Amino acid sequence: MTTTVWVPRDSSARAVGADEVASALAAVEGVTVRRNGTRGMLWREPLVEVETDRGRVGYAGVEAPAVPELVAQGLLEGADLACGIGVVDDDPWLTGQERVTCSRLGLAEPTDIEAYAARGGWEGLRRAAVLEPAQVVEEVITSGLRGRGGAGFPTGIKWRTVLEARQGGAPQAFVACNLDEGDSGTFADRILAEGDPFTLLEGMTVAALAVGATEGYIYCRSEYPDAVATLREAIAVAQEFGYLGDVLGTGRHFDVVVREGAGAYICGEETSMLESLEGRRGEVRAKPPIPALSGLWGAPTVVNNVLTFAAVPMILAGGGQAYADLGTGRSRGTQLFQLAGNVARGGLVELSFGVTLRQLVEDWGGGTLSGRPVRAVQCGGPLGAYLPADRLDVPMDYEALAEAGGMLGHGGIVVFDESFDAARMARFAMEFCAAESCGKCTPCRVGSTRGVETIDRLCGASADGPDGTGRTQLLVLLEDLCETMTKGSLCALGGLTPLPVRSALEHFPEDFERSRS
Amino acid sequence: MTPSARELAAARAHERGPLLEILHDVLDARGWISEQDVREVADVLNLSVAEVHGVVSFYSDLRRTPPPAHTVRVCRAEACQSVGAETLHREAVAALSGQEGVEVHEVFCFGNCALGPSVEVDGTLRGRMTIERLLAEAGGWTS
Repeated sequence: MTTTVWVPRDSSARAVGADEVASALAAVEGVTVRRNGTRGMLWREPLVEVETDRGRVGYAGVEAPAVPELVAQGLLEGADLACGIGVVDDDPWLTGQERVTCSRLGLAEPTDIEAYAARGGWEGLRRAAVLEPAQVVEEVITSGLRGRGGAGFPTGIKWRTVLEARQGGAPQAFVACNLDEGDSGTFADRILAEGDPFTLLEGMTVAALAVGATEGYIYCRSEYPDAVATLREAIAVAQEFGYLGDVLGTGRHFDVVVREGAGAYICGEETSMLESLEGRRGEVRAKPPIPALSGLWGAPTVVNNVLTFAAVPMILAGGGQAYADLGTGRSRGTQLFQLAGNVARGGLVELSFGVTLRQLVEDWGGGTLSGRPVRAVQCGGPLGAYLPADRLDVPMDYEALAEAGGMLGHGGIVVFDESFDAARMARFAMEFCAAESCGKCTPCRVGSTRGVETIDRLCGASADGPDGTGRTQLLVLLEDLCETMTKGSLCALGGLTPLPVRSALEHFPEDFERSRS
Repeated sequence: MTPSARELAAARAHERGPLLEILHDVLDARGWISEQDVREVADVLNLSVAEVHGVVSFYSDLRRTPPPAHTVRVCRAEACQSVGAETLHREAVAALSGQEGVEVHEVFCFGNCALGPSVEVDGTLRGRMTIERLLAEAGGWTS
């Protein structure tokens, strides 16, 4: 009799030794090792799951050298060991979530298309295939789905714009998926692409049917080689089974190509991504025209983030209204929150909008990894605000966060303990912008470098000094610079870099008064 | 036999907007992109050399010098900084970047933000990295 043991092949799990654990287990007689995607409980990786009569029993943080000893202690029988977490499906960290987009995550081998179909996969696509394009668009509008990349634009409206352009005579339309997930603290796109790629492909194919596109592109950053490989494999399998190519035998064709970035953060900005997909420098395009009217090679293009497309299969399968019933205010459905940085329980949490930042950081995240008090949380990536520990009771929805001076962005949450240095992080925000600016507009290209210099001078300055060298004058200068960048930049990189800088100044002014040697 | 940039370019010339893909192919085949490669690719795609150079110089992955024997890439983004990446980066540079055949680079995010600090050593991503473990891995590199 053989025992089936699951070891994730997710790149975060591999980064802490999952491959070595898988090899060690495969060497044990009577063990079949299968590689699933991660469950999202990253702090427990490598999380080994053993199939038993009770269900899949989990063992957290398994290290390869310990495998023989664990096996001797009864790991293969699902014994109650120190590193055991019981039946994984019953784990409160998972059962407490509302997994809609992630409902299949980590359960099967990522490119096992039959397992995907057995868990409700392709139902959304089958429904879309029998609806009129306009009805598909209507369903997405009903769901209230907004762009999960950060901008929060209503997805259905975007799709309708492309459909209307196509019906108005545009000979070609494209679907482009943004997998250039460069924001620090975000990894949901990667986990989904590596762990459940068919959900993304199904969502893109629904979009293609909705707007009459025949070609799709996934732009994946080069820092995610596992995602590129998994997606390419999944595309080949989906073609073989008739979900891509001639879609479900309907005579409507859709093919998807993965293109790899080359180490430029700015290519996560949608127009810059389009330039890069076309093989050029990733320089931002001025809008209008919007990509929905003139995107890839001048054709109407649906550009959405991975998580946006990945929400679509469930919306079509379960109906837009069911999705809209989740969430709060104008933020409907669920969001994949990513707990990152100095956090005890880092990972992926899918919940309806409306959960507070404090609940995420304290209840789900368990506070800091270091065990020291939380001092600051950055929400929404490197362009998001730093919020102090007493400002975490804000509900996570697009509008509420914006009102609190923050930003939801792509749902990444980076936790810092009391070693957080606001001046250093503000300087880093400017440094990052200077390093990653595409250079097309002056406020971003020049402003970011001037920002680094000004923050450096500010931190060494006395209260007042001659010729614009005093703190008061430098603060005015920095504020002026932030204002120019916010109002004058072409895209969100230059436009939002002032957000972390200003929030650091507002909430942690004392950090800027220390003279740093 | 490694294919020439001209051959690699010709193989994809029919694709839509193939330049970046071709440059990736050249990089995969040889590890870097030379000025001769730039001229050949430009010629096949009927682009100006300046245009191709502009693309090569825009992207940090597209290196224009032969790669070293060993590459260490340390993530310096916010999530990794919250668990000590700045110190790790500084120490890695101090210990390794002077060594022959070793380059230490900064990277902004590998998407391993829950298990940082993240360091990629010769193409393999490692989480929860410490300077001790990094130096242990690099121990065998000294010529």
